[in-house]
Amino acid sequence: MNAHANGNLLEVENLVKHFPIKSGILIDREVGRVRAVDDVSFNVGQGETLGLVGESGCGKSTLCRTLLRLIEPTSGSMVFDGQELTDLGRGGLRAMRREMQMIFQDPYASLNPRKRVGQIVGDPLEQHNIASGEERKRRVQELLERVGLNPEHYNRYPHEFSGGQRQRIGIARALALNPKLIVADEPVSALDVSIQAQIINLLSDLQSEFGLTYIFVAHDLGVVRHVSDRIAVMYLGKIVEIGPAEEVYTNPIHPYTLSLLSAIPIPDPRANAQRKPVTLEGDVPSPANPPAACRFHTRCPYATEICSEEEPPLIDHGGGHWAACHHPLNREAPQDVAAVVGGARE
Amino acid sequence: MSAGGNLLEVEDLRVHFDTDDGVVRAVDGLSYSVDPGQTLGIVGESGSGKSVANMTILGLTRAENAEITGRIRFDGEDLLELDDEGLQRVRGNDIAMIFQDPLTSLHPFYKVGKQMTEAVQAHQDSSDAEARKRCIELLQLVGIPDAERRFGEYPHEFSGGMRQRAMIAMALTNDPKLLIADEPTTALDVTIQAQILRLIERLQSELGMAVIMITHDLGVIAEVADDVLVMYGGRAVEAGSLDEIFYDPQHPYTWGLLGSLTRTDRPRSADRLSQIAGQPPSLIAPPQGCHFRPRCPHEFHKCPQTPGLEARSGSRTHLDRCWLAAEQKRELRVGPEGEIGLAERQEPVATPTAES
Repeated sequence: MNAHANGNLLEVENLVKHFPIKSGILIDREVGRVRAVDDVSFNVGQGETLGLVGESGCGKSTLCRTLLRLIEPTSGSMVFDGQELTDLGRGGLRAMRREMQMIFQDPYASLNPRKRVGQIVGDPLEQHNIASGEERKRRVQELLERVGLNPEHYNRYPHEFSGGQRQRIGIARALALNPKLIVADEPVSALDVSIQAQIINLLSDLQSEFGLTYIFVAHDLGVVRHVSDRIAVMYLGKIVEIGPAEEVYTNPIHPYTLSLLSAIPIPDPRANAQRKPVTLEGDVPSPANPPAACRFHTRCPYATEICSEEEPPLIDHGGGHWAACHHPLNREAPQDVAAVVGGARE
Repeated sequence: MSAGGNLLEVEDLRVHFDTDDGVVRAVDGLSYSVDPGQTLGIVGESGSGKSVANMTILGLTRAENAEITGRIRFDGEDLLELDDEGLQRVRGNDIAMIFQDPLTSLHPFYKVGKQMTEAVQAHQDSSDAEARKRCIELLQLVGIPDAERRFGEYPHEFSGGMRQRAMIAMALTNDPKLLIADEPTTALDVTIQAQILRLIERLQSELGMAVIMITHDLGVIAEVADDVLVMYGGRAVEAGSLDEIFYDPQHPYTWGLLGSLTRTDRPRSADRLSQIAGQPPSLIAPPQGCHFRPRCPHEFHKCPQTPGLEARSGSRTHLDRCWLAAEQKRELRVGPEGEIGLAERQEPVATPTAES
């Protein structure tokens, strides 16, 4: 299918990434599999921001890395800009990486401490034979200025910058090649609140300026709502709900989404006191040994017999809002979501 | 502040560290108090001094290069004057502390039960069997299933949420009067955070202890605190009751914090978040006068003098460090959406909007 025809920049189908668990002294015997990403399908439209949320261990980071083929997928298909990513060779992959870049969570670990900012941001330009020498310096300084850093800091080392400034360096590096898609894996969660807002505003300015498409991963649902057009909720390697951002937040269908939303403390004491949150008991089960059928049934307050017997398919509930649940909320039995999540609707 | 009845009273606390780069004024003239059974929420960003101040209560910042002055009264005793032995009597006994990262605060080589009984026997004269019984009770109290088996396991066999529960159980071993929780839920997922916050609240009402909740998350504050202290650059910039801080905030920094939040219970509104420009201050060479001055859009000629932490808004319990007049603050803090935020200063210039 031609990706441009339907406006999708990225089409992911039945993507699977299992990590083998090996044991044995001489022969590596596979004794199990961590099902980090298990049969995931979604599309990302041109110029869109897809938010990806879920708790730690749900596979969101693995998914991101698999999309860029930093990790090789076990099976499935990923079509980017009309081209299948899974069967690209080294050369093809290299060319493709110009179009897709990543911003990492930890601005301390993702910049080489021995390199100067000019090298860090300029390296991609050199690697892809786009610019070198004076031209490279000029481009890097432009980029630094664009992300709100002083271009004169070209020769400084990462340790001379604060966390927020380092994240700006990471963004400049991702922008250097003029990519179409940027995968941002928890880009603000290591930053202070006042700095988070700066970085989020910068990312949305850059999106409108360069027509970027984002996949934005975060565990902070407030941040994700602010930046995303659509949201995908992951639980134990599966997408359990995906849909337009406002729909997912105001009319969640999957009980897991509802409980995630209700777990977030609202920075408003009165609104907080009024709501009746659903608290999930227990921890997320291990992805090496996920519960059978619906993976959420062990913690779900609405679970019945069928949930432990049959896996619910991801089905369309109208308006591009998909969910995988036998007991869809707001559909079979309407819930008063506002009472649980907090805040008035409308 | 209110006389008597205070469990903890910190007065003009200063913690300065002499480093190669200069003197770091991590805490610079901080005063607050906690009543028995009350929860004080301390909110601030990294480097605001919130952790250093509370570690100093337990003597955890006593280093060779540290200069600590002021007073920390706990139960009628000045903790700063106690020697190590005296402190040891208080630590883990009347005052307990839990930290952000439960994995690094538990010893990986010792079984959880062993670490817990140690805490019991450090302060109580109890036999191994008695201590064990007490610890298993506590593990059950904090909601760890199968406590007896868990008692004999190592920290790595616990999940993140369980480790934090175990830490809390350990903190409770000697029925503390005050629990200091330093970002106890920051490393946890939201659903687990909700469990832990609920647990702390339940334990507090059952055991009647006071809690100091240190966090950067105003959502957590809104959920658990009775009173709130907002810290910035080593000082308290605002203090008041929960409602005063959230619904009548007086300091521009507090407005900025409230304005830059993303809310999950409200429809997405503005395209841009209101942000606090610039970077937090250096604690070695802080700005003269008000520490927030370089980032504040409402700075005026009085700001190079340090404003005191005083009641300026009409309520005796509501203190702030900002020179602006109260009426002016109420006008200025209204953001473009009619919400509290760090509204841009209205420049009396002819050009309408010159925002980049």
